[in-house]
Amino acid sequence: MPTTDRKAPLGADRDHQVDFDTKVAAKQRIEPRDWMPEGYRKTLVRQISQHAHSEIIGMQPEGDWIASAPSLRRKAILLAKVQDEAGHGLYLYAAAETLGVDRAELTHRLIEGRQKYSSIFNYPTLNYADVGVIGWLVDGAAICNQVPLCRTSFGPYARAMVRICKEESFHQRQGYELLMRMMEGTEAQRAMVQDAVDRWWWPSLMMFGPPDTDSPNTQQSLEWGIKIDTNDALRQKFVDMTVPQAERLGVGLPDPALVWNDERGCHDFGEPDWDEFKQVISGNGPKNAERIERRRAAHEKGAWVREAAIAHADKHRSAREVTV
Amino acid sequence: MSAEDATASRGARPEWPLFEVFVRGKRGLNHVHVGSLHAPDEEMALHNARNLYTRRNEGVSIWVVRAEAITASSPDEKDPFFAPSADKVYRHPTFYPIPEDVPHI
Repeated sequence: MPTTDRKAPLGADRDHQVDFDTKVAAKQRIEPRDWMPEGYRKTLVRQISQHAHSEIIGMQPEGDWIASAPSLRRKAILLAKVQDEAGHGLYLYAAAETLGVDRAELTHRLIEGRQKYSSIFNYPTLNYADVGVIGWLVDGAAICNQVPLCRTSFGPYARAMVRICKEESFHQRQGYELLMRMMEGTEAQRAMVQDAVDRWWWPSLMMFGPPDTDSPNTQQSLEWGIKIDTNDALRQKFVDMTVPQAERLGVGLPDPALVWNDERGCHDFGEPDWDEFKQVISGNGPKNAERIERRRAAHEKGAWVREAAIAHADKHRSAREVTV
Repeated sequence: MSAEDATASRGARPEWPLFEVFVRGKRGLNHVHVGSLHAPDEEMALHNARNLYTRRNEGVSIWVVRAEAITASSPDEKDPFFAPSADKVYRHPTFYPIPEDVPHI
């Protein structure tokens, strides 16, 4: 939708602020043409575009396995899933654009390293069980994060999340089903699953972001209704959801501190390695350079296609104008 | 530097225009706005909309409209703009008292 006249006249700012606060307090949605505080808009642009980048970069770790899928059935499933990730990225870029930024500019910010994406996609996928574990743990963590975001205060973001959550359920289930099949297989296949779980467990917990005590923006985002839950609350929910799934699958989770706490009514668990998290998020993970380089190459190699499509459209438009 | 400035300074590579997408979920329903996308022209916008917004039978018909072609009311003028719908109470059926014993009305 058109996004003009977003800025309010100076004298009216206070009224607008009151109007905005009232809407957020009443859990009404803020829509693109509504007045909004500049900080709210900036936070959303950052969060939505980083979320979009994560979906787009997230195509790579699994995309690596499409050509090596063990059967035609698994290949078709994986193709559909990776195509969904592209779709999720586009829904989110579209939501970001309602805030007055341009998708092409966001892509440049990504490939120039000026914007981040989820740290999880900087780890390698070493065997086919990784595809299953990504579906189960990584998409499971994403669902935990995203279901509450269906109620986030900015309308286009909330609507994009509704679409995405509907599709994530397929992603998680295909992953778990893949792992169940492997666990019914040979000893070597079971070992592959356990190896993949051991490698992905801690990075999955890091997907919820730093601990609340080290997350300076959380309070403001909660007040604005952008965030609904804190990082630690979501991490706890994910652990509690996942433990019985791991038991049913017959795999161990690599955390000696993981134990049910009767008093709290939830699991105690160990602390992720936050130094590793900081390293990976600031560009020093095992795959950061490769992921960005590949995205840049795809963007640059695709330039001629985008330009040719415009030339084609222009030619046909002028041809039509001549005949009319 | 704003996004607009950044784009302008990057040179004159033309980008695909923005289209808004409307999908009819099933026969008998209105087309409903589902989101937007970029495409070089209307025909490609329809193809892209099909791939992006209806991968799982979400629709039986799609409209695409150039975003720049849409004229929208402004939220700032909402009071005067929508006021006529609030002050004509006689437009609502509940304005007319009908005795309890009149059937089917």
